[in-house]
Order: sequence, then C-alpha cells, then structure tokens
Amino acid sequence: MGNFQFLPEQASTLAPEVDHLLYFLVAVTVFFSVVIFSTIFYFAIRYRRRSANEMPDAHQAHNGYTLEIIWSVIPFGITLVMFTWGASVFFTASRPPKDALQIYAVGKRWMWKLEHVEGQREINELHIPVGRPVRLTMTSEDVIHSFFVPAFRTKQDVVPGRYTSTWFTPTKTGKYHLFCAEFCGTKHSGMVGWIYVMEPNDYQTWLSGGATEGSLAENGKKLFEQLACSNCHKDDTTGRCPPLPNLFGSQVKLAGGGTVKADEAYIRESILQPQAKVVAGYEPVMPTFQGLISEEQVLQLVEYVKSIGPKPGTGPADSGQNPAKKPSTAGSMPANR
Amino acid sequence: MDTAVAQERENYLNASHGLKSWLLTKDHKRIGLLYLFTITLFFFIGGAFATLIRIELLSPQGNMVSSETYNKLFTMHAVAMIFFFMIPSIPAVLGNFFLPIMIGARDLAFPKLNLLSWYLLVIGGAFSLFAMIAGGVDTGWTFYTPYSTTYSNSWVIATALGIFIAGFSSILTGLNFIVTVHRMRAPGMTWFRMPLFVWANYATSLIQVLGTPVLAVTIVLLFVERVFQLGIFDPARGGDPVLFQHLFWFYSHPAVYIMVLPGMGVISEIISTFSRKTVFGYAFIAFSSVAIAVLGFLVWGHHMFVSGQSLYASMVFSFLSYFVAIPSAIKVFNWTATLYKGSISYQTPMLYAFGFIGLFTIGGLTGLFLAALGMDIHVTDTYFVVAHFHYIMVGGTMMAYLGGMHFWWPKMTGRMYPEGWAKLSSLVIFLGFNLTFFPQFILGYLGMPRRYHLYPAEFQVLNVMSTAGASILAVGYAMPMIYFIWSLKYGKVAPMNPWGATGLEWRTASPPPVHNFEQTPIVTHEAYDYTSVPAEEIEVV
Ligand code: HEC
Ligand code: HEM
Ligand SMILES: [Cu+2]
Ligand SMILES: [Cu+2]
Repeated sequence: MGNFQFLPEQASTLAPEVDHLLYFLVAVTVFFSVVIFSTIFYFAIRYRRRSANEMPDAHQAHNGYTLEIIWSVIPFGITLVMFTWGASVFFTASRPPKDALQIYAVGKRWMWKLEHVEGQREINELHIPVGRPVRLTMTSEDVIHSFFVPAFRTKQDVVPGRYTSTWFTPTKTGKYHLFCAEFCGTKHSGMVGWIYVMEPNDYQTWLSGGATEGSLAENGKKLFEQLACSNCHKDDTTGRCPPLPNLFGSQVKLAGGGTVKADEAYIRESILQPQAKVVAGYEPVMPTFQGLISEEQVLQLVEYVKSIGPKPGTGPADSGQNPAKKPSTAGSMPANR
Repeated sequence: MDTAVAQERENYLNASHGLKSWLLTKDHKRIGLLYLFTITLFFFIGGAFATLIRIELLSPQGNMVSSETYNKLFTMHAVAMIFFFMIPSIPAVLGNFFLPIMIGARDLAFPKLNLLSWYLLVIGGAFSLFAMIAGGVDTGWTFYTPYSTTYSNSWVIATALGIFIAGFSSILTGLNFIVTVHRMRAPGMTWFRMPLFVWANYATSLIQVLGTPVLAVTIVLLFVERVFQLGIFDPARGGDPVLFQHLFWFYSHPAVYIMVLPGMGVISEIISTFSRKTVFGYAFIAFSSVAIAVLGFLVWGHHMFVSGQSLYASMVFSFLSYFVAIPSAIKVFNWTATLYKGSISYQTPMLYAFGFIGLFTIGGLTGLFLAALGMDIHVTDTYFVVAHFHYIMVGGTMMAYLGGMHFWWPKMTGRMYPEGWAKLSSLVIFLGFNLTFFPQFILGYLGMPRRYHLYPAEFQVLNVMSTAGASILAVGYAMPMIYFIWSLKYGKVAPMNPWGATGLEWRTASPPPVHNFEQTPIVTHEAYDYTSVPAEEIEVV
C-alpha cells in the first residue's frame, strides 16, 4: 500500500489547468450541497410536526414564478462558467503545437507498441524528454483501447481503422502510469505501462543507444519499393499516378469536387481504401493494401510520405517531426492553419 | 398472504386463488406484484455479482477469480441491475400498481398488454439468465464494438436478445401508461390535478416509447454483424466502430432518465405527504419532467468526448448537458421549498426521501464535472464515472424506490411495516452507500480506470474502504427484505390512509378492491390539498 493522496501527480502543463477546474467544480459542489443540506436540516427541525393532527397554516398556494426563475437562472449562469472553462481547457488539450515531437502508438490486445520516428520501438514503455510537447498519433490493430496517463490528465481513445491523436508537455522527470482506459477484453487491466520522462540529454543518450533497424521513414522507403508503390508513384508527373513528394500537409483536389487536407489519416486511407477519395485527374486504379500490411507498416509508409513532404520553412506542414533533421531544429515550422 | 382481516372484505389479493389466477391475471395490481417478485430476484442476482466484485477488489493482485471471470462479473452485474431491475423498478412495480388508482381508473388502458409486458420481461430475463449460467458475457453493459461483435468469445447474442425482448416490455408499458393517462382519468382529474408521480411516469413513458426502439435496432445490427459477419461496426470489415457508440448512447442516455424520473415522482409524493404541504411549484416540477424527457435526447455525445468525435460536436453536447441539468436542479430547490412552514414528520418514507435528495444532489453535481470537457478527459472511464452514476441510480433511484415501497406498502398489502426497523434500515443504507461510493470519486480522480481486475497497489486503501461500505450496504438491503415479509403476517393492520395523504389511492381500502374503487371517484380539488383529507384520517398518524 502506498502513501495516501487525493490528487495524482501533476506532471504536464495540462495537469494544473485540469486541477484548477477541479477546485472550481468542487467549490461549487460544496457550496450548493451545504446550502441545500443545511436548509433542509433547518426546515426539518424548525417545522417538525409537534402534534399528530397539526396542519400547516392553511393551504398556502404560491403565485408567480419569481423564485423558480431565480433559481433556474443563477445555476444556469454558473453552469455557463463551467462550460466555458471546461471547453477552453479541452480546446488546448485538442490542439497540438506544431513543433511537437511525433510518436506513434499502436494498441493491440493487450499491449502498447510505441514507435519513435528515429526508429526506436518500445513495448508498454515510452521514453520522452521533459519540457517538450509530444504528439501521439495512435491506432489500434483490433478493438478500441484508450491511452490514459493520469499524471498528465490526458486520455484519448485508440480506435481501429482510424488515427486519433493526443498531446502533452511533460513538466517533471519521473516514471508515470500508462493505463488502457477502454475495456478491451480479458487482460484489459494488464494493458498498462510506464511513461519515463527524462532530461533532454538523457533522452538523447537513450535515443542513440539501443540498436534500431533504421528510422520509420527509412523502413517506409524500403516498403515503398518492396510493395511496388514506386512502380506507379514516380517523383514527377509523367506517370498515371500522382507524385508523392510535397504531398504531406497540402490541399488535395478530389475527383467529384472538394478538397481534403493531406494529413496522416488521409495518407492512411489512400493506402488502405484508395477508392474512398480519388485524386482529381487520376483513374481509381490504385489497389487496396487493406489486410496486406500491418498498422505498423502503414505507419512507416505514412512517415515516409511525410519525410518526402515539404521541408520545414519551405512549404505547408502540419505537425510531426522531420526525421531527417535533428529534433532540436523542428521549432521553426510554419504556421499554416 | 391471507389474514383474518383481509378475508372479511374482498380485495384484489383474496378475490381469486391459485397460481393460475396470478399468472393469467389482468389486474394491474397483481401484475405490479409479479413485477415486484421478478425484479427483486434480479436485484439479488445483480447484488451477488456486486458482492463478488467487491471482495475481489480487496486485493490489487486479484487472487480470487480470473480476469475473464471478473470481466463477466461486472458485465452481468450491470446487465441484471440496469435492464432487469432499475429500468422496470419504479414504473413497472409502483407505477403499474398506483398510476391507474391515482387517476381514479379501474385498470390500465390495455390490461392484457400489461400482462404481456410482464411475460416479455420474464422471457428476456430468462435469456439473459441462461447466458449467465451457460458461461456469461464479458463485454461490459455497453457492448462496445468491435469487441462485442468480433472478439468476445462469450454469450453476447443470448444476452443481447434478452435485453432486446425486455425492451419491448418497456415499450409496451410506456404505451399503456401514455394511453391510460390520456384516456382513463376520472371525472374532475384534469391534467394539472394529477399527482406528480403520474406526471413523472408519463414523461418516462415518452422516453421508453421513443428511445427503446433505437436500442432494439442497435441490437439487431449487433446481431447481424456478429452472426452474419457483415461489416457494420468492425473497421476490418469496412464498418465504423464509433457508430455503435452513437446508437447505443442515443438510447442509453435517455435511459438514465427512465431510471431517475419515476424516482423523482415518488419523492414529490413523499415530501408533500410528510410535510402536509402542496408541492412548491407543482407546474414547474411537472413541466421539468417533460423537459428532461425531451432534452435528454440531445446529449448522448457527452459519453464520447474522448472517442475521437469532433471538437465542435463535443462542445455542443457539453453545452446541452448543462442545459438538461437545470430542470433537475429546479426539482431539488422546489422540494426544499416545500418543507418551508410545513408539518414535517420523520417516518421512514421521509427519511428515504431526505436520503434521495442528499445523494441525488451529489450525483447531479458530479455530473456537471463530467460535462465539463477539460475535466472529462481525465475522469472518463475511471471510477469517478462509476461513483457518479451510482450516486444517482443507487443513491437516488434506489432510495426513492425503497421510500416508495415503504410509503405504499400498507396500501399494497394491508399491513404496516415495523417502523423502528425501517428507520434503522434507511440509516444503515445511507451510511453504507456513502462509504462504498464516496471513495470511488477520489479513486477515479487519482486515475484508477473502471473495469480493472488488477490495479496498482496505491489504490488499495480506497478500495478496501469501498468494500467495507458495501458490506454495510448489503446488511441495509437485507433488512427491508426480511421485515417486509415478516409484516405480511405480523404487521399491524393498515388503515385506509395511514399517512393522512391526499392521493386517490388513499381514498380506497387497504388493500384495494379488485376494481380499485367501490364507485368511480369524482375529483374536486387540486393535488396535495390537505384540507380535503377528513380530520379523523389526519389524526391516525
Ligand atoms: C497501380 C498503381 C499504384 C500503386 C501500385 C500504388 N498506387 Fe497510390 N495511387 C495510384 C493512383 C492512380 C492514385 C490516384 C487516384 C486515387 O486517389 O486513388 C494514387 C494515390 C495515392 C495517394 C494519394 C495521393 C494524393 O495526391 O492525394 C497516396 C498517398 C498513395 N497513392 C500511396 C501509395 C502507396 C504508399 C502505395 C504502395 C503501398 C501505392 N500508393 C501504390 C496508383 C497506385
Ligand atoms: C444532472 C445531470 C447529469 C449530467 C450533467 C450528467 C453527465 C454525465 C456525463 C457527462 C457522463 C459521461 C461520463 C463519461 O463517461 O465520461 C455521465 C455518465 C453517466 N451518467 Fe450522468 N449525468 C447527469 C445525470 C445522470 C442521471 C440522472 C443518471 C441516471 C439515473 C445518470 C447516469 C449515468 C450513467 C449510468 C453514466 C455512465 C454510463 C457508462 O459509461 O457506463 N446521470 N453522466
Ligand atoms: Cu483496454
Ligand atoms: Cu448521459
């Protein structure tokens, strides 16, 4: 048994914000509970029945709705504050900064697979540097899971068939619980792990230690050739297929009108369900790779397409880290949203 | 059940005898009792699962049952409690019995349909029970896809079929109540003279009729995907897993109001009777029930804030959730105001009503935490949510149900329950409840996820507290079970109107005759007009 505490550790920039909201909500709750309970208590004593046939003074009908209106409007005003405050915290929590360190996570019954763009892979452990925003792009190979780090006050469902993302900036080095928060079957409660928040130097050492089989993008490039993507997708516009360099982060015109932003989810969909959104000016001849490659391989391909995307400062980019560069140069991404 | 006194006068209990006279009865009062037996059985089944869960959670390593079994325990606990106890509880037992009497009707509009509804619940219950005995189901009561359709190796279909069938019971009961309220009111029983319990059940019926079909459709889709392997929810087959959540919560959020509105109706009756005052702001309470029923259909997305649903959708659902909380707040304030200058007595039903207000207030206020987007990210799918809904459903509805059972027991059986024991039970339940569930708020904020068989050792202290509370709670629930049965034979004979209450149910004998009234009552005054109660009845208390 550990020592007793009321709040989990605050280890991210979000944590104090959520806790402040908690204090406010607790204060409102205590206030209303005390008002209601003491009023009831007072009335119950003050107006207790003194004789069996006692009757309250006549049958006092009350006219007008002044009181009701007062006690509808005041609580409504207070809930508006709760709404606005809660929404603003949520807004921050949903918008990753552009210079965030990109990590990929794949949930699978019953483990977390975490991949750094540099190629390090971890299972049920994640090493990250302190003080730097980290963005996770996540998917699942089977059922819905949920990535939950109480010390960071973040949680995000990890859904098969699509990418979801979350982000946080750790503020304290240490070791924190990672839980799966969405019921996923027999060993749901065993789908847990640790987040290690390290000093940036230690993190660099950690990154360079340990054998990797190449960065995600390098592996993606190999796959791109093995799967014969490169037979169709050339680097110029001569083929019957759209070129992929500089695609990431751009607006793609679709056949049948409309545009879509080429983010990770779009690239993933283009590979697994090419017919879902067809690029304007091309025939829908790309074969589907659904069922032929694993989620991790899809991630490698996505990361490869990102790596041949616009370089920082030269064009639109959304998020994530260019693996060709050192992490420290990524601060100067252009804001295009 | 027959007694010297009851035999003197013909009533619904002694008018006919034998099992057949019960199983084929069309009398809404007898059907109410059939429901009472059925849901009590399910309450004890659900309670047995809960006991095992709490014992298992005494230790973080989970050394009593396997994880597989643990997952089945919490699933079957919730299925039994929600679909076969909570949802039918107040409407099908107390509503069935009293709604017609309270509006001066001889029966519900469709007595045979009413009997059919009970059979549907029994058949549905039998399917689910079969699934439990055959091997159990491990998906959680929420049946999230694609786990439930593709991965679970347990009795998903049998359980879901049971819930599907029970859903029709709920729909038909709702329909019956709606038609009864529209068509069967006694002369003079205008809409705004109806007791608030009737209003509450009317609003509940609207939800049952409008919402439950969506649950039925959802279950059919689940069935189709699981059995015929069609891709509806499983992305590996081209489906959308989050679609299931939308469909499920479109029913299941309104369903939380199916579970709490009737309880609010009971509380209005009790508070008025035991303070001898008309309910403050009658019309506001009546309309707030209907408002809750309607607005409750617009907030399902607050269960999905971290599901990947769009940011703006989440903001709308958060806002509307606050909106729907206001009518509940109004009710609490109005009940409090009802006490002002009343003549308050502390009989058992009133103690339960106080308990309800206290626990419902905390449950409702913590709902406001969950509706705050930034807060929900952290506490969703943790024990905080578990505590929230137990405060409302067990702290609120269960308290109201027990309060209502004590309030109307004399009318249903013709016997008084033992007051001293009953007061004690309400106290034990209140204390046991808080010790069980309050620590779970803290556990949740600390980060303990729900549905966890194994958990980190630092959460143990709070879990042990919770289990200790649950043991007290179990004693508290056993008590009424015992003294209610005892009172059937040894209880004091109940007078017609033991509480000096105003409703029409107190203007007929205890227990009521088969057709409820010797002659059709004519209503001449407002609900809760205590000047209309004959003086000699007032003095009985
Ligand atoms: C048979 C030739 C062919 C092969 C092989 C092929 N593609 Fe394609 N791909 C196309 C065509 C044609 C389009 C444009 C029409 C469309 O959107 O479906 C396309 C579109 C795309 C797009 C969207 C491009 C944009 O501009 O929006 C991406 C990303 C992509 N493919 C990636 C891949 C990857 C990765 C592979 C290998 C796993 C691959 N493709 C294999 C023909 C092919
Ligand atoms: C007073 C207004 C209420 C508000 C604002 C509210 C809000 C919420 C929210 C936002 C959630 C989702 C939490 C999450 O999963 O993260 C929730 C869950 C829940 N609420 Fe409420 N609630 C209220 C009243 C009620 C009532 C009256 C009931 C039942 C009678 C109820 C029963 C439940 C249940 C059963 C769940 C959890 C379902 C599950 O995930 O298994 N709530 N509530
Ligand atoms: Cu899980
Ligand atoms: Cu809800």
